[in-house]
Amino acid sequence: MAPALCANCKTSRALIIRPKNHQKLCKECFIAVFEAEIHHTIITTSLFSPGDKIAIGASGGKDSTVLASVLKTLNERHNYGLELVLLSIDEGIKGYRDDSLETVKRNAVQYDMPLKIVGYDELYGWTMDQVVEVIGKKGNCTYCGVFRRQALDRGAKMLGIKHVVTGHNADDVAETILMNLLRGDLPRLARSTSIVTGDATSDVRRSKPLKYAYEKEIVLYAHHKKLDYFTTECLYSPEAFRGSARSLIKNLERVRPSAILDVVRSGEDMAKLVPEEVTGISQCKSQKVSLSSADGEDEGAGGCGSANGRSSGGEMAAMEKKLQQDETASSREIDMSNPIASGQNHDRLIKKTGPIKPVRIESSKKLVGQTLGTCKTCGYMSSQEICKACTLLEGLNKNRPKMEIEIDVEEEESSTLRRRMEGVALAAG
Amino acid sequence: MSSENTIPILVEFTGGLEMLFGDERKHKLSIPSKDEQGNAVNIGWLVKYLCDKVMKDSRKEMFVLDGHVRPGILVLINDADWELEGEASYALLPNDNILFVSTLHGG
Repeated sequence: MAPALCANCKTSRALIIRPKNHQKLCKECFIAVFEAEIHHTIITTSLFSPGDKIAIGASGGKDSTVLASVLKTLNERHNYGLELVLLSIDEGIKGYRDDSLETVKRNAVQYDMPLKIVGYDELYGWTMDQVVEVIGKKGNCTYCGVFRRQALDRGAKMLGIKHVVTGHNADDVAETILMNLLRGDLPRLARSTSIVTGDATSDVRRSKPLKYAYEKEIVLYAHHKKLDYFTTECLYSPEAFRGSARSLIKNLERVRPSAILDVVRSGEDMAKLVPEEVTGISQCKSQKVSLSSADGEDEGAGGCGSANGRSSGGEMAAMEKKLQQDETASSREIDMSNPIASGQNHDRLIKKTGPIKPVRIESSKKLVGQTLGTCKTCGYMSSQEICKACTLLEGLNKNRPKMEIEIDVEEEESSTLRRRMEGVALAAG
Repeated sequence: MSSENTIPILVEFTGGLEMLFGDERKHKLSIPSKDEQGNAVNIGWLVKYLCDKVMKDSRKEMFVLDGHVRPGILVLINDADWELEGEASYALLPNDNILFVSTLHGG
């Protein structure tokens, strides 16, 4: 097969075929076009203002590394006047985050940007390793995702920064749109499609400048620019990417590459039809902290195996789990209310239901208008009295003495309940 | 086997795929120039060969699904997208550099 020439410069050999339009480009033209499109996105959405201090949620992975590289390039090329800072979250998972943080440290040098690393241990008093010791390897992604979203906000606040950009790409957005459609979650559908969440009054806004960039092109950009990025799987959620929404997106792309952007555009159009009182979009900054669900959520920021929040597909698996749990939710409520009413086993029940609790909370929240407030406990943005992070922390902290307590109490009633709960967990897993 | 019957190629795995291949990113291979039917070996043949002979991991489905390279894994032939080169039917030439990049893994 004779080598094809670049459709743009018509001199160099084409190396890339663009998913969105089948255009064949050489390496140099591809890099130029990719950057120009991100610039276009930034300009047309008025994403930044001169003098803005921007934190780049950086995991060392491909998306955030490309985001940092492109933003640095564009900031210099087009005189955005931005002050760029790398913000990384250390979940406290030995042997996982250590290596990717090393990558971020190198990136900080390569891109000449300051780097701030905030750890779960300093923010919450728990590393993920410790959380897993209590919660187990199943269901801990909930904690990690909820903690991470607030951690990015807190990290930004520590730095006096009001705008965090994340590396979410078109594939991530398309995946989230499909998930929100499937579960009929209109508020989240609307928010997940918008490029920026939060407004001038928000403490911290979030945006995704790579929203229209194909994951494939991000990887190719990193490859051809020889960017230094790190790939890893979360030790606690290996192969999370095998979630079926992710697979569906990739299969669609294989058949018709434009499908990914088609889904993104369709999602945007559908979002416009969602009434404002349902989306709470004018005050949507709160969703990162507390409205984002434990299982798959609007920002995708809770993706397992990604620090800056690339949605990894594990969310779909979590969502499927949730759907299964929803089916049994009502009966479970009844199951649990009886022993609770009897009083004695209250503490134990909290512990037992801890990991599943967020699901129950959320399933009753569907389509309720969401308004912003602050968490009574930690003072961070929340739409509920107590934010999700604090709710989870409360459960965790109650769980600390769990071992001693459980050994000596062995009542018929609660062990029956426990067996039931284990049954639910098994069915859901 | 004489050198006429084998061709040297370089196969690379990145983006997380190296985990399936003994954590080795680069594999210098000497492969037969013809398949069992006497046809020139192509990428489709190579993928099967990699699965059967090179992969250290039992999770074949992370690399190949339904006989095809798993969607979400990019294949570059001498730095060009394999879609520009005829995909699986591309006939391998001596010293070709074949790169498999996963887009599926996290950071």
